[in-house]
Amino acid sequence: MKTPFFKAVIAIVRKDMQAELRSRELLSSMGMFALLSILIFSFALQLDIVARQEVVGGVLWVTVVFASILGLNRSMATEREGSSFDALLLAPVDRAAVFFGKLGGNFIFTLTVGVLLLPLMSLLYNIVLLNGYLLATLTLGTLGFSITGTLLATMTVQTRARESLLPILMLPIALPVLLASVNASSGILRAAPLGDWFAWLQILGAVDVIYLALCYLLFGYVIEE
Amino acid sequence: MAAQNIQSVPTAVEPSRASRLPRALVALTIATALALAVGLYMALVYAGMESTQGNVQRIFYIHMPSFFGAFLAFSATVVGGGMYLRTRQTKWDVLALAGVEVGLMLSLVNLATGSIWARPIWNTWWTWDPRLTSAAIMGLTYMAYLMLRAGIENPEQRRRFASVYGILAISTVIMTLIIIRIRPDTIHPAPIGGSPQDAQGDFNLTPSMVTALLTNLPIWGLLVPITLMWWRIRLENLRERVDSLKIRLMEK
Repeated sequence: MKTPFFKAVIAIVRKDMQAELRSRELLSSMGMFALLSILIFSFALQLDIVARQEVVGGVLWVTVVFASILGLNRSMATEREGSSFDALLLAPVDRAAVFFGKLGGNFIFTLTVGVLLLPLMSLLYNIVLLNGYLLATLTLGTLGFSITGTLLATMTVQTRARESLLPILMLPIALPVLLASVNASSGILRAAPLGDWFAWLQILGAVDVIYLALCYLLFGYVIEE
Repeated sequence: MAAQNIQSVPTAVEPSRASRLPRALVALTIATALALAVGLYMALVYAGMESTQGNVQRIFYIHMPSFFGAFLAFSATVVGGGMYLRTRQTKWDVLALAGVEVGLMLSLVNLATGSIWARPIWNTWWTWDPRLTSAAIMGLTYMAYLMLRAGIENPEQRRRFASVYGILAISTVIMTLIIIRIRPDTIHPAPIGGSPQDAQGDFNLTPSMVTALLTNLPIWGLLVPITLMWWRIRLENLRERVDSLKIRLMEK
């Protein structure tokens, strides 16, 4: 008797949430990293107001993608250390439910960090980042990283190199997501007309759908043991 | 017991049949070598000289076809990966690996020829143009594929993960193909269809140029990758046999 699909997905997401609420391990390390990253960027780039407007989208996305890699590694490592992944595989649930469950958790954590970054960066860089379209871009972009990242982190956690391999495997694959996100957000931040950058948001959505289908199909092959 | 083992070794590995060179491969190799010579003749002598760029434009007859060769090889990786996950036959994974290595080599040819052309035309060896960046990242993706393989000891798991990554990696190839259509700020010319607005070093093809391109396209796009992949598959099969022979020897 299999647990119904959505019930299983929600149960896995809830498990990750509960573990996070108790340990606060993931969000604190991801948040701390993100904070340091935007501070280092502002020192390293010595940004004046014009330059800031140009690069702030790039800074945001670089920070989000590295924070998501950090979180993915940690989340998969805890599954591995506690052998809870083996338990998940033994449980009478669909393999796809495991994928969507882990994806859901990773997505929520990364999005939380991304959303917290927006007011913080508005403050530090003196540019208003609280914008509905930017939030939509952030959601779609983070979703793209979480989709590819969940599949690839499940793979790398089983290899010898572990943590160090994930960024090497993930950054090139996530490139289409990154490219579309950066272009859409720079357009939004420059206050360019909708027609100039809206196509990027559509491309981003299309890339997300393609990756979601592909990673969902391939996930079953990386967890069989 | 020991005597049986010794006798079973030569029959099980059939050294004479597997190590013999297949005739078709020899023929294909000779054909490819001849075709390459013809292709070079077409590119260097037959095609008319481009009026503004001069002789350096002739690099294009190898530059573009070698990318399509890489595209074919990386597509073979997708087919090999998909078929391996379906059938679990090692030969498909060998095809995927051969595709990655040959594709990487051809992308290197593509990048190197592009760089040599760009020096006089763009006045730089390298620039962070969207297409150049994307092509470089494509190369890095397939290097990451090789690193992933090296990082897994269990052969079955290695083949499985490599198949998955080989399928995902094709997205960077597609990205490189379409990027000059979606990023208007590229300076890379598009030989098929209209070039982007800012394209530098664009040229119109005369009939003799089209002939030279159409000769080189199947040579670099089909013959070279297929021949090299075949050799690479043969090499991998031989290597696996050497490994299994070593294990047999150690077991005694």
